[in-house]
Amino acid sequence: MTNGKLDSKVPPGPLEKKWQEHCFNSKLIAPNNRRRFEIIVVGSGLAGASAAATLSEQGYRVKCFCYQDSPRRAHSIAAQGGINAAKNYQNDGDSVYRLFYDTIKGGDFRAREANVHRLAEVSVNIIDQCVAQGVPFAREYGGLLANRSFGGAQVSRTFYARGQTGQQLLLGAYSALVKEIKNGGVQMFPRTEMLDLVVVDGHAKGIVVRNMVTGEISSHAADAVLLCTGGYGNVFYLSTNAKGCNVTATYRAYKRGAYFANPCFTQIHPTCIPVSGDYQSKLTLMSESLRNDGRVWAPKSRETAARIREGKMSPVDVPEEERDYYLERKYPSYGNLAPRDISSRAAKEACDDGRGVAPTGLGVFLDFSDSIKRLGEHVIRERYGNLFLMYENITGQNGYKTPMMIYPAVHYTMGGLWVDYNLMSNIPGLFVLGEANFSDHGANRLGASALMQGLADGYFVIPHTLPVYLATIKPGSVTVKNPEFESVRFEVADRTRRLLSIKGKRTVDSFHRELGMLVWDKCGMARDKAGLEEAISRIPALREEFWKNIFVPGQGEQLNQSLEKAGRVADFLEFAELMCRDALAREESCGGHFRTEYQTPDGEALRDDDHFAHVSAWEYTGEDTPPVLHKEQLKFESVSLQTRSYK
Amino acid sequence: MNLKLKVWRQENSSATGRFEQYDAPGIPDDASFLEMLDIVNEKILEKGGDPIAFDHDCREGICGMCSLVINGTPHGPGRATTTCQVYMRHFRDGDTITIEPFRAKPFPILRDLVVDRSAFDRIQQSGGFINVRSGSAPEANAIPIPKNKADLAMDAAACIGCGACVAACPNASAMLFVGAKVSHFALLPQGQPERRKRVLSMVAKMDEEGFGNCTNHYECEAVCPAEIKVDVISRLNREYLAASTLSLIEPLPNAAAEGVA
Ligand SMILES: Cc1cc2nc3c(=O)[nH]c(=O)nc-3n(C[C@H](O)[C@H](O)[C@H](O)COP(=O)(O)OP(=O)(O)OC[C@H]3O[C@@H](n4cnc5c(N)ncnc54)[C@H](O)[C@@H]3O)c2cc1C
Ligand code: FES
Repeated sequence: MTNGKLDSKVPPGPLEKKWQEHCFNSKLIAPNNRRRFEIIVVGSGLAGASAAATLSEQGYRVKCFCYQDSPRRAHSIAAQGGINAAKNYQNDGDSVYRLFYDTIKGGDFRAREANVHRLAEVSVNIIDQCVAQGVPFAREYGGLLANRSFGGAQVSRTFYARGQTGQQLLLGAYSALVKEIKNGGVQMFPRTEMLDLVVVDGHAKGIVVRNMVTGEISSHAADAVLLCTGGYGNVFYLSTNAKGCNVTATYRAYKRGAYFANPCFTQIHPTCIPVSGDYQSKLTLMSESLRNDGRVWAPKSRETAARIREGKMSPVDVPEEERDYYLERKYPSYGNLAPRDISSRAAKEACDDGRGVAPTGLGVFLDFSDSIKRLGEHVIRERYGNLFLMYENITGQNGYKTPMMIYPAVHYTMGGLWVDYNLMSNIPGLFVLGEANFSDHGANRLGASALMQGLADGYFVIPHTLPVYLATIKPGSVTVKNPEFESVRFEVADRTRRLLSIKGKRTVDSFHRELGMLVWDKCGMARDKAGLEEAISRIPALREEFWKNIFVPGQGEQLNQSLEKAGRVADFLEFAELMCRDALAREESCGGHFRTEYQTPDGEALRDDDHFAHVSAWEYTGEDTPPVLHKEQLKFESVSLQTRSYK
Repeated sequence: MNLKLKVWRQENSSATGRFEQYDAPGIPDDASFLEMLDIVNEKILEKGGDPIAFDHDCREGICGMCSLVINGTPHGPGRATTTCQVYMRHFRDGDTITIEPFRAKPFPILRDLVVDRSAFDRIQQSGGFINVRSGSAPEANAIPIPKNKADLAMDAAACIGCGACVAACPNASAMLFVGAKVSHFALLPQGQPERRKRVLSMVAKMDEEGFGNCTNHYECEAVCPAEIKVDVISRLNREYLAASTLSLIEPLPNAAAEGVA
């Protein structure tokens, strides 16, 4: 498994035994010794909160950081639809192996088998854990847990709490976290943003942070650093992510030597509310679970579409034979539950063909009229009431009476920092969990699997894999007095000063918007060589202008939201280029990465397993030199590589 | 539409604040309230000024971060919505809109419209959890929970912790928030072992943080974006009464009584 400097550390043995045996064979830290180790956890989402709470329960001393005013507000809170687990409560043929297989296939064979199998194995424990914490999952009349279906699966294995599954899971993890804060095991630092990583003698030993209320920049030392900082979807400016989601923590780690893996694997979610104007600050997701009962269609003819766009015709008056239920037509066995990448591209195709229905031409219908006829409005209301309410709030339209309008939007990032089987990056002591790492979803994530991964990493994986590293080091060997801390802290303070001193003419948002539009155009749902090369040549110019012409008001020693945004956008401006370089280097189509040059005659993604069945891990080499690509060859021992078909 | 804004500006927690006027011309109907503020802030920035600071994150009505009092009402017009889910189509051309932070003693202002709600976290720390270690949980379907019980628990658990209830209450009471958390756990079998201790600790902490008492104004329910009903306050009172009465006969063991006034 070794490839140059990339050792995935996947344990030997049969796939289904690897994790158990790894746990058994790994070194432990004795309970009375754990207090000697201090662990930094950056992030309080599902991954961070569950990791911080669990490590504290085990006796480690934990410091946890988040940029929101409370750990309970991490972006995981916004997840709607559900969480997968191979419980097979529905007796419909699910199993650990099937969840593993669906995830590998859903990821278009670009994920690491051993990690994915482990994820499927621990998925069942997650549900037990959450129920014990009091997470009020949906139940059947008999009192047992209910399930729904999600895309890319033919079984019902998704657990949910109305349309607020992420909220309830995060509140569960948050309750575990506050329990440990009370017990004194976790020290919590809200409204504190990590601005750099400190590496001493090749090991991650701490972070530099800014207190977002006082502006104070300070250092924290520890024996290991866990980044649980979520995804970088906001590089596109418009996405379904919370406004504060950023790449700063992972990108700073990248600049300190951590490899960034598969940055071009981004997920465009098929069911979001279409863009309505250029003032728009974010896009809103309509949960994939809606595709259980909603049917996606566009008019068959451009003329009908035009009349709908112009408001001359209501969608409810379009006769059945005039409607193209394109997912059901193209993918009869999965229908409306085809995976996200495929559904998104199909919507784009319909709109590119002139059959889009939103005023901008970028929109298709998600229609509940059949389900309402079959089940009654009250059933639909009970299942998705809050989503319909949200839709009406935003668009002013009633989704029970007229079909919803949807369009794909940036939603999730499969790429992230490279980690080995132990979730450790190539920098010893730096661990990466949740959406921030690259490990489990390959080139496309299946719905309801991110929540599963975040909690798997935090509750069940890291407690077993962190000691593997800790057993090799002496606790407390480095403190913030180490000169490396002083020098990183100085760099951070200096950068802040620079941002504040430019006092140019353009606002942070205007740069962010321009960058977002560029990458959405060139590195969004469809990509090609010429476009990517153009983006790679234009981004540096935009970056240069940013550092000459940005206006950040006020001072550093105060609550300064423009300054916070400026720091994040500065990192996006560098990261965007890396993302495009990765997309350019991957001369194949797979999952969410669709290179128009590489497609089958009927427009499906065309993989090139001979040359690209690898993880692309990028190493930073300096401001003026291009990053170096390292490849981790993916070995498929349990599944055979196939053309992914949902037909 | 063209609007005028009266916005509360305050340098930091120790400074005195004041209202400032801003013009907000050309606001699209379909913009959200926070997008309207974004537009105004861009204009302020273009003139070299200091933009209005306000909290927000998800802009989807779920994280509980946004927290404005719009024309005197926490989260503004419309039932069951957060500030970020208020859309400009609810306003009329020419309107003057007053925008203030959530005001309550336990929520000090940090800057402009940004307040410190960490008191809520501290209340939750005092007992808003079930003591269960990762990995020690029994099989999830081992205890069936009647659907109606689970649904009621979910109704209470839906609280987003925004603090609008406190901002709306003349007494700055946090009883809707605490009642929601206490109800969520009290309704579930998993919550039973720590039921008494939980309610006593959380109420004690709530008082210590300086939140007032409920005197049945029901303003909290009216502004709650998660539609938490005042029933949870009745339940909180019942739980508290039962727990304190029982404690007279059967005191909680010392460790468990920790933090209970
Ligand atoms: C609208 C929406 C709906 C979704 N629905 C589903 C679903 O139904 N099912 C599913 O499985 N997945 C869903 N997802 C995906 C899933 O929610 C996320 O992938 C997952 O919650 C990420 O969890 P996390 O812990 O990795 O990161 P997050 O929850 O994003 O947490 C990141 C944490 O890091 C902190 N942080 C970030 N940067 C810094 C910094 N520089 N300094 C300090 N702290 C920092 C933040 O404060 C936060 O605490 C959805 C995503 C979105 C956007
Ligand atoms: S910004 Fe999250 S609820 Fe309003």
